[in-house]
Amino acid sequence: MELLAFGDTGWGDELFRATLMTIAVSITAMLIGFSFAAIFTPLKLSKFKFLNLIANIYTTVIRGVPELLVIYLFFFGGSGAIMFVASMFGYNEYIEINAFVTGSFAIGIISGAYSTEVFRGAIQSIDKGQFEAAKVLGFSKFKQFYKIVLPQMLRLAIPNLSNVWQITLKDTSLISVTGLVEIMRQSYIAAGSTRDPLFFYSFAAVLYLLLTFISMKLINKLEVKYSRGY
Amino acid sequence: MDFELMINSFPKLLNAAVVTLKLLSVSLIVGLFIGLLFAILRLNKNIFINKFAYGYSYVFRGTPLLVQIFIIYFGLGQIESLRSSFLWLILKEPYWCAIIAFALNTGAYTSEILRSAFQTIKPGIIEAGKSLGISNKIIFYKVQIPIAIRQSLPAYGNEIILMLKGTSLASTVTLMDLTGVAKYIISTTFKPIEVFIVAGGIYLFMTFIIHNLIKFLEKKYSY
Repeated sequence: MELLAFGDTGWGDELFRATLMTIAVSITAMLIGFSFAAIFTPLKLSKFKFLNLIANIYTTVIRGVPELLVIYLFFFGGSGAIMFVASMFGYNEYIEINAFVTGSFAIGIISGAYSTEVFRGAIQSIDKGQFEAAKVLGFSKFKQFYKIVLPQMLRLAIPNLSNVWQITLKDTSLISVTGLVEIMRQSYIAAGSTRDPLFFYSFAAVLYLLLTFISMKLINKLEVKYSRGY
Repeated sequence: MDFELMINSFPKLLNAAVVTLKLLSVSLIVGLFIGLLFAILRLNKNIFINKFAYGYSYVFRGTPLLVQIFIIYFGLGQIESLRSSFLWLILKEPYWCAIIAFALNTGAYTSEILRSAFQTIKPGIIEAGKSLGISNKIIFYKVQIPIAIRQSLPAYGNEIILMLKGTSLASTVTLMDLTGVAKYIISTTFKPIEVFIVAGGIYLFMTFIIHNLIKFLEKKYSY
């Protein structure tokens, strides 16, 4: 137990901070994923075959390639890509982006592919009559989306989004390969310096279980809230 | 774009893909047995057996695969009694540690898939078997299992693809699978995009084959 003490003698405070880091990366990645989904879901539902193709390539490639490979791509290629863009604007110094940004971006792109599929499914399962009724009532496209599509979509999407959240949360453990100090990395450091890997990795497993357990409870509450009236 | 590197690294990555496929197939076969065992335990009426099986699948589905591999590869070696037993012959090899972790992980997901498949079998079918005087054992093997397999094919196909991606974590315990070799080439040449395209292409090709194989099986066993 003294291994988990707070302060200089134990690893308690380090692991606590690492847990907060895991939560921060997961939430950032989830939000980045939502913004990708906001771009690619309309493309998927668009009438133009070419736009469909772009969105399908995105979701198929990301869902068919291991997360770790995507993370390596961003880890090794991230600063190169940014420097390339910067050099077009005439900035030629070396740029290093930090592990938090690379990590949440890599996980965010992965999470976005799953979210896109969830939103597409949710919008497609809204009754066609709803769109027609909105048209008949003279709703603008914008109003139709905010007042009719969005509320129904959220209700249908929340159970599947909670799966995406679970996947995203677990995927953040892979960012540890880039050196970002989240739960996995901190456990690796602690295991190395105390020579007690069994204890620290098991403790990491408990932390992840706690995170998934608590987030499931919260999401269930959301689900109840959004299914009012059904 | 460095096309020469892409062409040169292709055979190396293809060789590594064989390692990935080996890891995948062995862990899927072992995982299927584990999954079936725990699905049956989940349907048991005894509350302790039932809860035990639920706990297993909850823990393995609620924690990242990376943690599971690290516990087995780095953690178990710490137990003195395990080091001196014959099990150490297996546990000192990263290859077997990875397979144990993958099999336990996919076993947890498979048990959930099979459980829900068993539960969707209409009771009337089992009753029909009983009234024909067929023993419970034969009903289980000849009626419940074939229907459950058909029911669970689409979900199991997804699980195979998830597991294919999961095998990439073997590279974290020094195994040179497709991702491991890709990372090695990237870190020696610093050409991440080229290597990503080739390695990602091989992964996508495998996903494509698995996807179509499952579709074919679904069609074959549809009723």
